[in-house]
Amino acid sequence: MSASATPAWFQLDWRRVGRWGGLCALGIVLVSLIGMPVGLDRRIIIEGRLSLGYLALIWMPLLFGYLVPKRIVLEGVENPDPGIRDVLAGLCAGVLAGLGPLLLILGIDNFNLRKPLVNWSPQLLELLTFGRGIGYGVAVWFAICAVLGLVGSSMHVLPANVRRVVSFIAYGLLFISVLEAAIDDLSEGFGLESLTDAMYARRGGLTVKFSIILAVVIGVLSIVTKGRVKGAANHYKGLQGAERKRASMLLFSGVTALCIVLPMFLGMIMNELLANVGLFLLLALGLNIVVGLAGILDLGYVAFFAVGGYTTAVLTSAESPFFTPELHFGFALIVVVAMAGLTGLVIGAPVIRMRGDYLAIVTLGFGEIIRLLFMSDWLKPYFGGAQGITNVPHVDLGFAVVKGTDPRSVFYMVLVLCVLAVYVSWRLQGSRLGRAWMAIREDEQVAEAMGINTVNAKLMAFVVGAMMAAVSGAVLAAKVGSVFPNSFMILVSIIILVVVIVGGMGNIAGVLVGSFVLIGVLGGPRQPGLLQEFQSYKLLIYGALLVFMMLKRPEGLVPSARRSQELHQEEFLQDAWLKGEDHDIEEAAEAAAAVGGSEGTGDQA
Amino acid sequence: MSHLLEISDLKVTFGGLDALSGLNFHVDEGEIVSVIGPNGAGKTTFFNAISGLVETTEGDILFEGESVLGLEPHQVTGLGIARTFQNVRLFPNMTILENAMVSQHCRTRQLVFGALFQTRAFKQEEREIRERAEAALGFFGSRLVGYRLEQAAFMLSYANRRRLEIARAMATQPRLILLDEPVAGMNPMETAELTGLIGRLRTEWGFTIVMIEHDMRVVRDVSDRVVVLDHGVPIAQGSYDEVSTNPEVIEAYLGRPVESRA
Repeated sequence: MSASATPAWFQLDWRRVGRWGGLCALGIVLVSLIGMPVGLDRRIIIEGRLSLGYLALIWMPLLFGYLVPKRIVLEGVENPDPGIRDVLAGLCAGVLAGLGPLLLILGIDNFNLRKPLVNWSPQLLELLTFGRGIGYGVAVWFAICAVLGLVGSSMHVLPANVRRVVSFIAYGLLFISVLEAAIDDLSEGFGLESLTDAMYARRGGLTVKFSIILAVVIGVLSIVTKGRVKGAANHYKGLQGAERKRASMLLFSGVTALCIVLPMFLGMIMNELLANVGLFLLLALGLNIVVGLAGILDLGYVAFFAVGGYTTAVLTSAESPFFTPELHFGFALIVVVAMAGLTGLVIGAPVIRMRGDYLAIVTLGFGEIIRLLFMSDWLKPYFGGAQGITNVPHVDLGFAVVKGTDPRSVFYMVLVLCVLAVYVSWRLQGSRLGRAWMAIREDEQVAEAMGINTVNAKLMAFVVGAMMAAVSGAVLAAKVGSVFPNSFMILVSIIILVVVIVGGMGNIAGVLVGSFVLIGVLGGPRQPGLLQEFQSYKLLIYGALLVFMMLKRPEGLVPSARRSQELHQEEFLQDAWLKGEDHDIEEAAEAAAAVGGSEGTGDQA
Repeated sequence: MSHLLEISDLKVTFGGLDALSGLNFHVDEGEIVSVIGPNGAGKTTFFNAISGLVETTEGDILFEGESVLGLEPHQVTGLGIARTFQNVRLFPNMTILENAMVSQHCRTRQLVFGALFQTRAFKQEEREIRERAEAALGFFGSRLVGYRLEQAAFMLSYANRRRLEIARAMATQPRLILLDEPVAGMNPMETAELTGLIGRLRTEWGFTIVMIEHDMRVVRDVSDRVVVLDHGVPIAQGSYDEVSTNPEVIEAYLGRPVESRA
């Protein structure tokens, strides 16, 4: 046989190499055609060396090179040590990935597909060939992809310590260069402009000299901090009962203190960003009660956001077309909460008797109806139609004025409201009502048979959620100074839902992290996040993230301990079995079998 | 004296099928009554009709002299009828303690205000809910208490799930408990233990019990009376010994002996 003639190190899993290499090539074509390389080429990462546009392409061979030799680790099954074979696999996948740029370069050069594909442009060709001709471009891309595939796969061969240092340096440099705007803003607040001026080149991007210095600093830091962070996290997880509570309180107060102090040193942009995160956090906390606790999939949640915004505008603005009491924001807020409760009841009463998919569709409809009502000519005399209501005044608190041009003040107001909302969520979760909500989420029929008036309990969840959304809407109106129907698109509902799902459903900490990561880093529906460059690709990234999370981590970024046990039951039970853990192993196995059988009765997806 | 539960001419129809037709039946305070019958006889439908999960077509169900027809399931539970399910239906992602706490919903009344301001009444009520839940869970010895209290219900073994379901029903503070096949799937030892516990439910907790069961030893050991259903019609009532020798009952279970062809 010829197989015996080939040396052992050359026996690759060719199907795997072909699959990952091909996927990588496709990925490069896709990213190029959605316009990332050309669009982001202006944004420099390292002066004179690398732009964000190229980075958007070259991370792929690196990642796929890393993935090709990755093995599924099974307990009890011996894996051969990573070796030359794996590096070779990465190299081959990288070479395959080079087909992507090749296809693009030859394609753009020979055919004109500009009509259907907007980004099928000479600029892309110019960028891909480095402006030096087709042959040069193709050769260089193959070389780049091959080398990056090699680098990616050789991560498996490197000793763990080296791997750690290398990945720290890579992530660190990426972080510092991509977040240039934010870091600039921060350093201004702390009076460290001279440092950032030296670090970043005039036209953006890290200078070469400083990238080397930073790499060294990060490398040293990574060695010093080794194991510390993980150790602390594990320690925290291991805590029980009262100790856990104390640690949580400590963590919570630390975060609160940071929230109070940090904005004082931040500039406009960052404060604006934080205020947006807060606004969406308020929304997400409300939706978390509705979806995460009570299990009501409400896709029209934005309706309550709109009601809050419009109620505030009508009550406080001098230019509201019909009714201008020009109330103070504080009084308006009370009316807003009452209005939200009322709207929640009115929309909720007919909707709440439905279950599952039907409920989702009907709420989706109501969400749009509310927006269209505000936009309609019929109600134009009251709400101003598409022109909305402008001139919503600042909030005068007596000791301070909260206005949109001073995002710091907005942030502090939102912070107070968020803390309130967190408190409300936390207390309700542990109360009789919270337990009833959870029971309804688990099995509505049984909850009813166990004496819970499900209609009332669900309406209550709907109303509490609506109130939080409306408060958020009120702040938005005061912050922006106007309300338009188009600020309340269905997209807002979807994005908040994604925040709740990605963060971790039914878990307050999860929602917190979710809104920081999604709204803070990527940005809200209209609000820019830290990665302003990716503004136009935001929805794509949201979608990709959602798919990834559903596949790899369905319990969210910060899951409640129980939920992650449930979703990773098999692994959990296997671990228990392998460790020979104390008591009920056979029970655990039985439990797994029974849960597997009874999953049809539960209503969680 | 009127009966605790009185059922007269009960008829339940699904489409053209009579799941129950003309059921007359009563339960007195402090009795343990078993309902038996072959598969599809309408036993679970009978429970569902009492607890308000299916609509009845004709007849009446009186609990303490009042009709429960047309009431929502939670109202029925509020009156004092609790039940378990044949295919165990716990709240799998809630802890064992929470499972037993949540079923006291209809006996308690604190809402948003108490929870937000942690009023004294709220704390008092929470404490009572917890005590009652622990008392119900403690009925099964050490199986559902201790470190288990904070475990999610899905982590329990099958037998413990059945036990937790009974504890959950007990925590609703009922007068009548409907047990739907309480020992199904248990091994002989667990069955014997639970048989004893069902007796104690009556003597110590003062519940009246109606039980659907296929395990004839359990039926024999605990029931005062046995009702046999077949095709939605009661075919025999009486003590276990009377019923078990009734030729109609034997026929319903085993079929008619093959007759020689004419």
